[in-house]
Amino acid sequence: MTAPTPGQTVGPFFGFALPYDGDHQLVPPTRPDAIRLHGRVLDGAGDPVPDAILDLWQAAPDGTVPQVEGSLHRDGYTFTGWGRAATDRTGRYQFTTLRPGGAAPYFAIAVFARGLLDRLFTRAYLPGAAPAALRSLEAVADDRGFGFDIRLQGEDETVFLSFARD
Amino acid sequence: MTSSDAATATQAGISAEIAAIAHEYDGAGVVETATRLDYPPYRSSILRHPTKAAFQLDPEELELCSPVFGQRDIDPLEADLTIQHRGEPIGERMTVSGRVTDGDGRPVRHQLVEIWQANAGGRYVHQRDQHPAPLDPNFTGMGRCLTDGDGTYRFTTIKPGAYPWRNHHNAWRPAHLHFSLFGTEFTQRLVTQMYFPGDPLFALDPIFQAITDRDARDRLVATYDHDETRPEWSLGYRWDIVLSGSRRTPLEGDVE
Repeated sequence: MTAPTPGQTVGPFFGFALPYDGDHQLVPPTRPDAIRLHGRVLDGAGDPVPDAILDLWQAAPDGTVPQVEGSLHRDGYTFTGWGRAATDRTGRYQFTTLRPGGAAPYFAIAVFARGLLDRLFTRAYLPGAAPAALRSLEAVADDRGFGFDIRLQGEDETVFLSFARD
Repeated sequence: MTSSDAATATQAGISAEIAAIAHEYDGAGVVETATRLDYPPYRSSILRHPTKAAFQLDPEELELCSPVFGQRDIDPLEADLTIQHRGEPIGERMTVSGRVTDGDGRPVRHQLVEIWQANAGGRYVHQRDQHPAPLDPNFTGMGRCLTDGDGTYRFTTIKPGAYPWRNHHNAWRPAHLHFSLFGTEFTQRLVTQMYFPGDPLFALDPIFQAITDRDARDRLVATYDHDETRPEWSLGYRWDIVLSGSRRTPLEGDVE
């Protein structure tokens, strides 16, 4: 196997490049079955991380994995399963999306931030859907969707995942 | 270490920290191919790296797929960062091209590549960039393209300048392009930086040096390629990108 190209931090100045109109709205918020996935990104001191950006990837409500283009120019009807959200000044992010179904009842998340030298992977499971070892990755249901905080470091550090082959 | 330590650290002090970690790495004799998350010379990483080892697990079908991007998403003109405004940007016009493959050598076809960068003076179009170098009204510094059927990407842009940052006193980043890449699987998602050959700032930069292995660092450095240089127009750089190996069971005849 050829050695992979190493990662590097996304840095502080991605704000004019990676976010785009409609990035965090996988579906319009007015859609009746729209839900919100939201939370905060926090550092090892518990302080908000205002310069993080998350990629979201998920199955559709029927459990299928979307394989359609249109994530960068959403038409308001096609569910592409992928979105992106930068955190705001208070470290908060939010996505408007649909409830993932089927064999993968979770949101796959890639985390990038200034100060974070390489991307991190995690999953935000629907409540009750995580295997025992990953129970801490269950999101918390609220009136319009689910809350899921990401703690980069500390006692309640989020469980990050490795899919390495060896 | 606190932020006030960071503000008062000298380059000599940061370089000594970098050298101590490099010495320890060389002595350990174990090859690391990835970037360290815990690398104190990069002060902003101190409170932003996980302290626990990542949880190993097998990807599900979801993570064995990637989002699909296509012609609806990308205008081919987005690959030319020099034509986004009315006039020509200032600086050294360049192209960068290369192939995106996975660890098994398979091309990553028709997949999204995003880049962003500072202008020729080392200034980003970002309100938080306080570097007193001029903005260029004809340069934004953001581009996108899709790889072709062979996994090849190509951008036309302006060579970015080095820029100062506040990791320590008199800290300067080597010139670089930021790259964001998708593979055929979500597990291959990569954000990284491409550097230019022979940059005198390499040894001083704690972000570049957070890759402790020299060969691994070299994989982030583009190659000047005169065959890619266009007469009286632009200088050509090549930079190939290898994503992690596929987790999917290869089908017969899949490897090229």
